[in-house]
Amino acid sequence: MFADYTWTELGSIFAMQGFAGLILFSVFVLMALGLAIIFGQMGVINMAHGEFMILGAYVTYLCSNFVEAYFPSLFGVYFFFAMALAFVAAGSLGALVEWSLIRHLYKRPLDTLLATWGLSLILQQAYRSIFGAREVGVSLPNWLLGSVPLTDIIEIPINGIFVMVLTFVIAIGVYFILFRSRMGMQTRAVVQNRVMAGAVGINTQKVDRNTFALGCGIAGIAGSAFTMIGSTGPTAGQLYIVDTFLIVVFGGAASLLGTIASSFAISQAQSTMEFFLSGSMAKVLTLLTVVGILMIRPQGLFSLKIRR
Amino acid sequence: MRRVKDVIQTRMSRRSLLAGTAATAILAATGTVTPSLADEVNTTGLAVTDDTVQVGILHSVTGTMAISETGSVQAEKLAIEQINAMGGVLGRKIEYIQEDGASDWPTFAEKAKKLLVNDKVAAVFGCWTSASRKAVLPVFEQYNGMLYYPTFYEGLEQSPNVIYTGQEATQQIIAGIDWVSQEKGAKSFYLLGSDYIWPRTSNKIARKHIEKLGHKVVGEEYYPLGHTQFNSVINKIKLRKPDVIYAIVVGGSNVAFYKQLKAAGIDMTKEDPLLLTISVTEDEIRGIGGENIEGAYAAMKYFQSLDNENNIAFVKAFKEMWGDDVVIGDVTQAAYLGPWLWKAAVEKAGSFDIDKVRLSSPGIELTTAPEGYVRVHENHHLWSKTRIGRAQLDGQYELIYETAELMEPDPFPEGYQ
Repeated sequence: MFADYTWTELGSIFAMQGFAGLILFSVFVLMALGLAIIFGQMGVINMAHGEFMILGAYVTYLCSNFVEAYFPSLFGVYFFFAMALAFVAAGSLGALVEWSLIRHLYKRPLDTLLATWGLSLILQQAYRSIFGAREVGVSLPNWLLGSVPLTDIIEIPINGIFVMVLTFVIAIGVYFILFRSRMGMQTRAVVQNRVMAGAVGINTQKVDRNTFALGCGIAGIAGSAFTMIGSTGPTAGQLYIVDTFLIVVFGGAASLLGTIASSFAISQAQSTMEFFLSGSMAKVLTLLTVVGILMIRPQGLFSLKIRR
Repeated sequence: MRRVKDVIQTRMSRRSLLAGTAATAILAATGTVTPSLADEVNTTGLAVTDDTVQVGILHSVTGTMAISETGSVQAEKLAIEQINAMGGVLGRKIEYIQEDGASDWPTFAEKAKKLLVNDKVAAVFGCWTSASRKAVLPVFEQYNGMLYYPTFYEGLEQSPNVIYTGQEATQQIIAGIDWVSQEKGAKSFYLLGSDYIWPRTSNKIARKHIEKLGHKVVGEEYYPLGHTQFNSVINKIKLRKPDVIYAIVVGGSNVAFYKQLKAAGIDMTKEDPLLLTISVTEDEIRGIGGENIEGAYAAMKYFQSLDNENNIAFVKAFKEMWGDDVVIGDVTQAAYLGPWLWKAAVEKAGSFDIDKVRLSSPGIELTTAPEGYVRVHENHHLWSKTRIGRAQLDGQYELIYETAELMEPDPFPEGYQ
């Protein structure tokens, strides 16, 4: 298939293809981080993860309309406010959901699956009633559109670079929160031994609520960022949920490092195969490989030894 | 709603004058028909009384497909209102029973059965996806109902119980490909679609036609429904350098595809390569954003911007009923034709009986259609023109070209049976 091309062309294509893989990697990490925190640290299977993302997307939509109408001069930078607001909105809704629904189900982890699935349906219908069934268009500042031409052929999408930087910042942030802060220490203590953590004076309920809110908040930021590359509609969250679960399960449920490793493996495999095969076949092969590996290593790529 | 009705009524009186000079079918409707007794016009026990007739509207208003089907529901209700304001069908007001298919194909079948068996409706306007149509088809054939189906679709079907008011694949595809090769000198094509029956069949027809013209297909690819990452395929397109990207991507994937195409530096206003789609109507552009698709071409039969008297009146009435910010896409217009075609067929037959309506349907003409003149073919599809529009920043299409003649519907093109 490469016979007709010069070496420079091929080099450029592989460079772009590598970049496409990195963008996909960032997108996957961003999608999965929130879920991995909730699933990994709390054992709660949050089926409404996609809907929390879409909440972030709708917040961005509202922000863009608001800023466009009242402060057009700030339009170039509104995206940063929008992401912060998306974090707050999704995080608050997460805390509310934890308080009203999830905390009653900690002893019945499989029921959280059903409850959050119900929640996802409720949220979808709520978005449909509030924003309408049709997708909404989020207008973006001009500097986020288009691409940077490096050579004649190599062009790097700006929104891809943006997502990569954002993912990097958030991953670092999550690392600091979980491994370098008091809240993170408490969270990890609760994960390792809930009763003991309670006995030494950690408010385990509060830790649960914060962890859940943090996971949802990150989903909100992800949703906000994805308005650049995807659609914003009541059911758009469903587009992400399967990939997200795939990554978290494949990476090992309790390990953030695993999430990152599995995002990398899946994104590279998928974007390379998409290049050589057709899109549907690439998906089939990716899923087959993941299923195969999970049969050999049911705990996923990485796993933590913890006492349950 | 009440106010809207008044407006439509006054508007309709002007409309009926226009219609009077037109088709005989419409002429019959403007008021001279004396209502006949219920059992004379209805020998099979349909829900027809001396002054009312019941029809069904069957679309998804919840679930994923609500995005697309909402416009069709609105168009059908508008048509029914307008027909009632003109005096109804055979002197009877239309009452509709609306059922929700909930984006779930078995639900469609169940609701279709309910409409036909329990409600005994005289006609059903509904369905959107091919999957939902396939699900209700056996029900309509078993209980002998009449379905008016609005969506452009892949063809390969012809049922005595369905009138297809959208275009079948060959009508949309052949005119579009002829146009890009003649006007734009296109020689190579990259075919791309979501992975299900409509894009696959359409691309098969497209490939055959492209090769018949002596041009080349340099790539053909399908992505799962809901796919959101198109960077790899965009790289492949850049490598193969086709003259035309022929895209049949649908749903949420559409938004991702056009946003990423733009972000990858493919500027469609420069036509390098040119993008031709058959799956993006004004409805979809709302989600995609005009800035992301500006410059792309679409081949379909209707654009909201069509500049003719029928369409101007239609767009005005539609906005009066449903608000100023609605947009009207190809399928919405096709859905609007359904009740009018049914009314014309019933009045030509002088009866609501399904069998008589079926017999009288071929040859029915509408001169008042927003897209212009249409006529029902023997094969239950419509003769219609195909048009090429170019997407504008404001989300509307600018009409670039239309076929001189009506395109003949050909649901079973050679080599596809």
